[in-house]
Amino acid sequence: MIEILASRYAYALMFALLAIGLYMMIANENLVKKLIGVNLFQTAIFLFFVAVAYVEGGSAPIVEADPDAGAQLVASPLPHVIVLTAIVVGVALTAVGLALVVRIYSEYGTLREDTLREVRSDE
Amino acid sequence: MSNVELLPALLVVVPILAAAVPIALGLKVDRNGWSVAAITCTALFAGAAYLAAVVYGYLGDGGRVVHSLGGYDRQYGIELVADELSAMIVLLVAATSAGVLAFTRVGGPRGNTFYSGWLLLTGGLLGLSMTGDVFNMFVFLEIVGLGTYALISSGDGPESAVAALKYLILGTVGASIYLIGVGFLFMATGTLNMIELSTAIPETAGYDHTLVRAAFAFIFVGFAIKVAQWPLHTWQPDAYQHAPDGVTPLIAALVSTVSAYALARLMYTVFTPEFLQVTPYAAEVVVTVGAVSVLAGSTLAVIQQDVKRMFAYSSVAQFGLIVAAYGLVNETALIGAIVHLVGHGLMKAGLFVAAGIVALGYGARTVDEYAGLAQHRPVVAASTALLLIALIGIPPSVGFVGKWYIAVGAVEAQVWPVAAVIFLSTMLTLAYSARLLEKMYFTPAAPAEAPHAAGVATDGNGLSRVTIGMLVLVVAAALIAVALGFAGDLFFELLEPFVEEVFTDV
Repeated sequence: MIEILASRYAYALMFALLAIGLYMMIANENLVKKLIGVNLFQTAIFLFFVAVAYVEGGSAPIVEADPDAGAQLVASPLPHVIVLTAIVVGVALTAVGLALVVRIYSEYGTLREDTLREVRSDE
Repeated sequence: MSNVELLPALLVVVPILAAAVPIALGLKVDRNGWSVAAITCTALFAGAAYLAAVVYGYLGDGGRVVHSLGGYDRQYGIELVADELSAMIVLLVAATSAGVLAFTRVGGPRGNTFYSGWLLLTGGLLGLSMTGDVFNMFVFLEIVGLGTYALISSGDGPESAVAALKYLILGTVGASIYLIGVGFLFMATGTLNMIELSTAIPETAGYDHTLVRAAFAFIFVGFAIKVAQWPLHTWQPDAYQHAPDGVTPLIAALVSTVSAYALARLMYTVFTPEFLQVTPYAAEVVVTVGAVSVLAGSTLAVIQQDVKRMFAYSSVAQFGLIVAAYGLVNETALIGAIVHLVGHGLMKAGLFVAAGIVALGYGARTVDEYAGLAQHRPVVAASTALLLIALIGIPPSVGFVGKWYIAVGAVEAQVWPVAAVIFLSTMLTLAYSARLLEKMYFTPAAPAEAPHAAGVATDGNGLSRVTIGMLVLVVAAALIAVALGFAGDLFFELLEPFVEEVFTDV
C-alpha cells in the first residue's frame, strides 16, 4: 500500500487536492469560498492531466530539425493542450460565478449561505 | 470536401459568432437581440433540416456526415460527426431554439445580452450533439453550462441568481468529474476520438482494465449530475422554477436532453455494448440509478404546489426512465430511450411554454391558482391537457411510443423491475397530471382566490402580453406530440442504421 502511494504520489496529492476542493464546496458557508473550492477542484484535475503526460526521462515535445537524430523520448503534448483549454473554460466559469455572487450580495446583502437561507425563508 | 460536410461546422460556428452580434450592434441600435437571434435560429433550423435530410437519405445516398476540423485526420484532429442519432438531436435543438424564441419576443427577458446567451447556448448544444471527440465534449458541456447559468440568472427576482449559482457549482463538479473520466480513458488508450476509442478500448486496454472501468464510473457520475439523476438532481427544480418563463422551455427541453444524448453516445459508441455486457454490474448500476430516479422524481412531483417545480421533478423522473433504458443494453430499449428523449424534449418545451403563458396572462403559478383555467383560456388549457396526456403516455402520443419501446426492451432483457417501474411511474405521472387537469377543468375559479384579477389590475398589461405566436407555439407542440405518436415506425426506420452498427458484434 505504502509502496503504491510512494510510486504514485502525484496522483495521491492530486486526489487530496480534489477532496479539499470538494469539501470546501460542501462545508463552507461563504459563497466566495465555495467558488475557491470549485477552482481548487478544477486545478486538481489540471494537475492530474499534467501528471498523466509526464514521461520518465522524456524531453519537451519539440521535433528535432535534424531527421537523423532518431527517435527521442518526449512527454505527450496532448494533455498540456487539453489543460490549456480547460484552464480557459475554468476562468470563464469563475467569472460567471463571481458575477452571480456580486448579484446575490447586492440583492440580499450577505455572502453567507446560512444567512441567505434565513432571508429567503422569511419572504 | 463537398458542401454538406461544411454544415456541421457551420451549425456550431454560426451561432457562437452570432452571439457577439447583439452586443456589438447594441452600441448603435437598441433591442436588436431578438431579430438577430430569430434570423440565426431560423437559418440554423434550415441547416439542421437539410443536414438531417442528407443523413437520413432523403437527399443523396444518406449515411453519416463527417467534418474534420482543419482537414486533420481523426487520429490527430477533432471531428464533428452527424450520424443518424445526432442528426435527430440537432434537429430537435434547432427547432426548439427557434420555436421558443417566439415566446421571448414579448414574454421573455429582453435586452441584447440575453440573446447573446441564447445563441451561445444554442451553439454549445449543437456542438455537444455533433462532437466526435471526448475532450471536445467537455468543452461544449461547459459552454452549454455557461450559457445556461447566464440565462437562468437573467430573471427579475434575486432567487434566480441563487438558483444559477447552485447550478454552476453542481454543474462544474459534474463536468469536472467527467473530465477525470476522460483522463483515465486517455491514460488507458492514448486517444480521445470516439471512434478510435471504441476500437482502442478492447485492443490496447481491454474491457476489464481498471482504468477503463474507473473511466466509465467517473463519466457516468459526471453525467448523472448533468442529466439530473436522483440524488444529484437538486439543482434542477430550483433552476427550472426560478429561471424566467421564456428560458425554462429552452433549458428544460434541451440542456438535460442533450446531456442524456451525450451519455448514450459515450455508453454505446465509446464503451460499446460489449463493455456493458462484460461488466454487468456497470449496467446494473445504470439501471438502478435510473429506476430510483423515476420513482423519486415522480413522487416528489406529486407533492409540489408550484407548477414549474412539478414539471421539473417530472423531468427527473423521465430522464430516469431514459437512463434506465440505456442500462438495459438492447436495441428496442435504446430506440425507446431515444424516442422518449426527443418526445420528452418536445413535451416539456410545450408544457413550460404553456406554464409561461398562464403565468403571463392569468397570473397563476401554483396548482391551486390554475382553477378554472379552461373557461378563461380554453386554447392553453386544451394544449396543456393534450401535452399532459402525452406525458402520461396515453396512446396515441409520443410519450406512449417511447415508454412502450422501453417496456418491451425491459421485457426482452428480462429485467422485470424496470417494467414494473414504468408502470408505477405512469401511475404517479397520472397522479400529478390529474391534479392539474382537475383544477383546470373541474374546479371553478373562486373570485376571491383568483390571483389574476389582482395581477391584471396592478400590472396593467398583464392580459395583453399573450401573443398569437405563443399560442401557435403551444398548440403546435401539443399537435406534434400527438402526431409523433403515429411515427413509431418512422423512428425505428431512421435510427436502425445507427442501432445496427452499435449492436453488430453482440
